[in-house]
Amino acid sequence: MDQQLLKLLEENALVSPETLAKQLNLSVDQVKSRIKHLEEAKIILAYKAIIDDDKAEFQTVKAVIEVRITPERGGGFNRLSDRIARYPEVTSCFLMSGGYDLLVFVEGRTLKEVAMFVSEKLSTIQGVLSTATHFTLKTYKEQGVMIDQEISEERLKVSP
Amino acid sequence: MSDMSVKRNGVVTDFVANHVRSIPRSGIRDFFEIVQSMTDVVSLGIGEPDFATPWHIREAAIYALEKGRTGYTSNLGLPRLRKSIARYVRQNYHVEYDALSEVLVAVGVSEAMDIALRAVINPGDEVLYHSPCYVSYSPSILLVHGKPVEIPTLAEDHFKLRAEALKAKITPKSKVLILNFPTNPTGAVMNQQELLAIAEVCQQHDLLVITDEIYSELSYGEAHCSIASLPGMRERCIFLHGFSKAFAMTGFRVGYACAPVALIEAMMRIHQYAMLCAPIISQEAAIEALENGQSDMEQMREQYQLRRNFLLNSFREIGIPCFNAQGAFYLFPRIDQTGLNSREFAVRLLEEQKVAVVPGNAFGGSGEGHVRCSYATGMDQLEVAVERIGKFVRSL
Repeated sequence: MDQQLLKLLEENALVSPETLAKQLNLSVDQVKSRIKHLEEAKIILAYKAIIDDDKAEFQTVKAVIEVRITPERGGGFNRLSDRIARYPEVTSCFLMSGGYDLLVFVEGRTLKEVAMFVSEKLSTIQGVLSTATHFTLKTYKEQGVMIDQEISEERLKVSP
Repeated sequence: MSDMSVKRNGVVTDFVANHVRSIPRSGIRDFFEIVQSMTDVVSLGIGEPDFATPWHIREAAIYALEKGRTGYTSNLGLPRLRKSIARYVRQNYHVEYDALSEVLVAVGVSEAMDIALRAVINPGDEVLYHSPCYVSYSPSILLVHGKPVEIPTLAEDHFKLRAEALKAKITPKSKVLILNFPTNPTGAVMNQQELLAIAEVCQQHDLLVITDEIYSELSYGEAHCSIASLPGMRERCIFLHGFSKAFAMTGFRVGYACAPVALIEAMMRIHQYAMLCAPIISQEAAIEALENGQSDMEQMREQYQLRRNFLLNSFREIGIPCFNAQGAFYLFPRIDQTGLNSREFAVRLLEEQKVAVVPGNAFGGSGEGHVRCSYATGMDQLEVAVERIGKFVRSL
């Protein structure tokens, strides 16, 4: 049941407990206490809005950086990865298989700001072997949401 | 008098055949025109999925176009599709059909139903069907010069067809029984035990069953059972199914019929002259749906089930009685306790709160006192609809 609740919240975190209760055949209090539990257990980490930056006229520059790092005795990649992930410029950070170790998503206000982050901060960290930075040109889909929504309301308003 | 009318043999006529003239306009059509003229309407009147066709299925259609797969197919349909259908029906409905001789791909279940009736009905033969039911059954029967015989089912009995009710309508002229479970518009389902009783009557009275199972994947309780899978029924069943509802492919217009070879052969004779074949692009997409569409279908079913729960619980809260429909994407709540009839309720709800539902009597007389509410619409719309319906009912 928690799985189903999580899926619904993942789809739309703003659904009211009243609606969730009706969908899942639970009482409103049950829904509220389950959500509280999921939040306390840090299974639900945060609630955010997905924004079309262009329409919002946000001046953001996004980049994806492939980072090679040296694993450490005892901690492997964890200590260094954690250190990199803590920078506020970093929006997501993943350990990857393949030709590099970390895939780091960063965001800044200008190209220069992102470039400075890479050259001044990221690549100077002890243990970072190399970086390859790719700037985002255009977003087509963000976290499962198409930026240009399909117009599907061509359905007849009443049909048999 | 319309401009089209002319005098033939001294009588004013517009060339339209008598039996066509006698067919009433669909009750839905009429209501549709009122809705269409309004803005800001939240519609629970839509009988098709709100999901777009899953992307990989659309891509299969695009690929077919790119490859220039744009010709006719065999009258019966692409052999690969027929093989997929035979496998799908065997796995999910437990009926065995020979892919190459007992499966016909049609332009939707609507065409399959039409050619099935045309293939088996002699003028005057009686065709039984349970109601409330899909709007086309009675007209389709009339168009083949058959006689429609309606068997009303009851809300108290969750709109199931019972053997006694069926028997009461059987005459020496009865030839065919049309079944549609899960049912449009009620969401009713029939389990194996209940179907066995119907199967027994069909065998006793030598009836052919045309079973329209278009909503069968959308069953939320017990596993769906097809009457064609019951002992002795395969030989007297035409099994109709399609892709519109389960795979959200209404506009592809592709469905199929499975039946013993003699029946498929007869249907094919009509299909080959009237339609030639179903569109090849749609057939290619249908193959993809059957081969790789299972998980999309399951995800959509899960969504429908959550919405059904929401709508049902909301109706209970508002105080609108409604049985727990286990199939399709419709609820068929009772509204006669408001003192309004189906049409009055629907028209006033539309005018006063801008919510469209379909009057129950559009689906046969036994639908009076109910309205059909489709939950094939997004949760955001359903939430608004429920709020407005609540306001409307409280204002009565």
